[in-house]
Amino acid sequence: MTSILLLLAPIGLPLAAALVYAVRGWHARTTAWVGVATTVLLAGDAVGLAATVTTGGPVQTGGGLIRADALSAWMLLGIATVALLACWASPAYLATDHTSTRRARWYGILLHLFIAAMATAVLAGNLGVLWVAIEATTIVTAFLVGHHRTRPALEAAWKYVVICSAAIVIAFLGLVLLYYAARHAGLDGQQALDWAALTGHAHQLDPAVTRIAVGLAVIGFGAKAGLIPLHAWLPDAHSQAPAPVSALMSGVLLPVAFYAVLRVKAVADPALGAGYLRILLVILALATLALAALLLIGQHDYKRMLAYSSMEHMGLIALAAAIGTRLAIAALLLQMAGHGLAKTVAFLSSGHILHRHVSSKIVDVRALAGRMPLLAGLFGLAIAALLGFPPAAIFASELGIARAGATAGLTWVTAAGFILALAAFAAIITHTGRMLLGPPHAPTTEDRSDPPAAFTIATAMPLIAGLLGVAALGITLGPAAGLLQSAASIVGAP
Amino acid sequence: MTDISYPQYLDLAAGLFLLTAVGVLWRHQLAPMIRLLGIQGVALAAIVAILGIHQHSLELILVAVGLAVLRAGVLPLLAWRALGEAPAQARETRPVINTAASLLAAAALTLLAYAVTRPLVALAPSPATAVLPVAVAVVLIGFFTLVTRRRALSQVVGFLLLDNGITAIAFLATSGLPLIVELGVSFDLLLVVLVLQVLTGRLRTTFGSTDLDELQELHDQ
Repeated sequence: MTSILLLLAPIGLPLAAALVYAVRGWHARTTAWVGVATTVLLAGDAVGLAATVTTGGPVQTGGGLIRADALSAWMLLGIATVALLACWASPAYLATDHTSTRRARWYGILLHLFIAAMATAVLAGNLGVLWVAIEATTIVTAFLVGHHRTRPALEAAWKYVVICSAAIVIAFLGLVLLYYAARHAGLDGQQALDWAALTGHAHQLDPAVTRIAVGLAVIGFGAKAGLIPLHAWLPDAHSQAPAPVSALMSGVLLPVAFYAVLRVKAVADPALGAGYLRILLVILALATLALAALLLIGQHDYKRMLAYSSMEHMGLIALAAAIGTRLAIAALLLQMAGHGLAKTVAFLSSGHILHRHVSSKIVDVRALAGRMPLLAGLFGLAIAALLGFPPAAIFASELGIARAGATAGLTWVTAAGFILALAAFAAIITHTGRMLLGPPHAPTTEDRSDPPAAFTIATAMPLIAGLLGVAALGITLGPAAGLLQSAASIVGAP
Repeated sequence: MTDISYPQYLDLAAGLFLLTAVGVLWRHQLAPMIRLLGIQGVALAAIVAILGIHQHSLELILVAVGLAVLRAGVLPLLAWRALGEAPAQARETRPVINTAASLLAAAALTLLAYAVTRPLVALAPSPATAVLPVAVAVVLIGFFTLVTRRRALSQVVGFLLLDNGITAIAFLATSGLPLIVELGVSFDLLLVVLVLQVLTGRLRTTFGSTDLDELQELHDQ
């Protein structure tokens, strides 16, 4: 009974919050904090679910339609944490942005529908329902990307919906073919898209059809995770969306899409052998890393810099999935969590920087450390965490990916991946250095008619919490270590 | 319906299904493109209805009615409404690839579809799976339309072609996915088209046209 409640609450809580915003609207003093309250409950629920599956194994309800194992619980923890930070930072963001009441109401509704869709995706026991939930994230975030209604925002929203919908439809074709193969392997209609049943019967699937199906599904879900070749929406959408939405899209939506790839991988590897998906993922990973590094070197816009940094991290995550051992998958999941937290802080602080400088160009932000030490410090620390400086979790996870690559016989591929990541590292550190240090020039803030709101400790609290979280994850996993291990053993080869 | 005529009816509906997709590539006016999309919706519903009659499945016949309402009625109507607001822009002015080359590409894509679907047909040879290459060809043509057209609305039409093709594959190969997935997919599709319709309206008020070449604000340098 409690497990059913734990499974349904992550979907119900954000839906309830969306309903509150639909009925009551967004009011800075009252309903603005409803979202924070429900995400705190969501985080509590995720912890409870993690404890349940760590001790008692997978739980399910609705005839297997909703199911959670260690992997789902780990993803849900990530969603809840980043959602909490994003909701916590939203009232300050909307206040500084002078958002009209009507748009703030829609912001509240869509933001919580977005969280509900992501929670549904990781708790779905059926690949078809997982697909529906991931497509739903595209639909609800379309208007969040276009929130500012400017020309660039509309352009970004259009590209986002068209490219992501087309890509995800390709993934659907893959699932249809997987269903076809599963039906002919003797599974009945209800089981043929159930990932637990599919993984159990993977060796009976027709290899020729499964090969086409898996390829299409990985390309389609990979596009939503920011991998080449259908990545063009990502820098536009992530740079145009409001900062808390960018944080959610980059910090958890990309990993949730990659979670779908992991579920497909769990079916594909026993059916086709590990070699097929490994080659596909290595190609996608190296191409994504190369493109991200190239575009980071010549980058002029700091929000796009953060977006390409997300692509770089997803490239490393795809590389870890290609390696595919338990160590690699554990490092991958830790990388997802560390990147989610650090990128959330980076996007939230970039939102405050954008508000104070009006421009998102790197050249327009100079000597930030001298003018706004707190904001500059938070942005700088978030970038340092993203670059993998200890004690951030990314330090541990990238070390884990490198070690796993070397032991799995993929030394050259891993080395190539990390050389590209190093190029991205150098580019990001140069750009950030220019923004934070650099020679001061005529401050643009004085050109404005209305002086921007001060960046207070209260506004900085969610950012500080995020940074503490990413450092804590890097130092010790504490009770989550068992969860991470069992999650890694679900997908990882022993 | 006797068993001898069943494959023939199926081939006829599938032929119409492919022909309308090629027709979309051939026409450049937006209004006939939407009309062809509606006819394709009817062909898709007919394919499902023929399968339903053959398998004596009432469920499939009801699904066919639902498909006819959505794909031949609601979705083309939504596209029509987006068009109705801007009659002056009812033409695909400068397609990236001209008509003759597009039609040749459609022929090449159809051949490609026959090549790639061989393992699918080989798994379970039957009159229904024999038509699979046609549905895959529609998917490829839909993708081709999506990448070579510049008007916002013709991209929507390309997206719907793509989706019609995949729905046809689902029914021909497996007689349909579980109902909850099917409903979820249809609902998502409807919402995507609604979102695109609203965005088309906003693009027009902001940019003054729906020519996607105008979308050049965002780039890296």
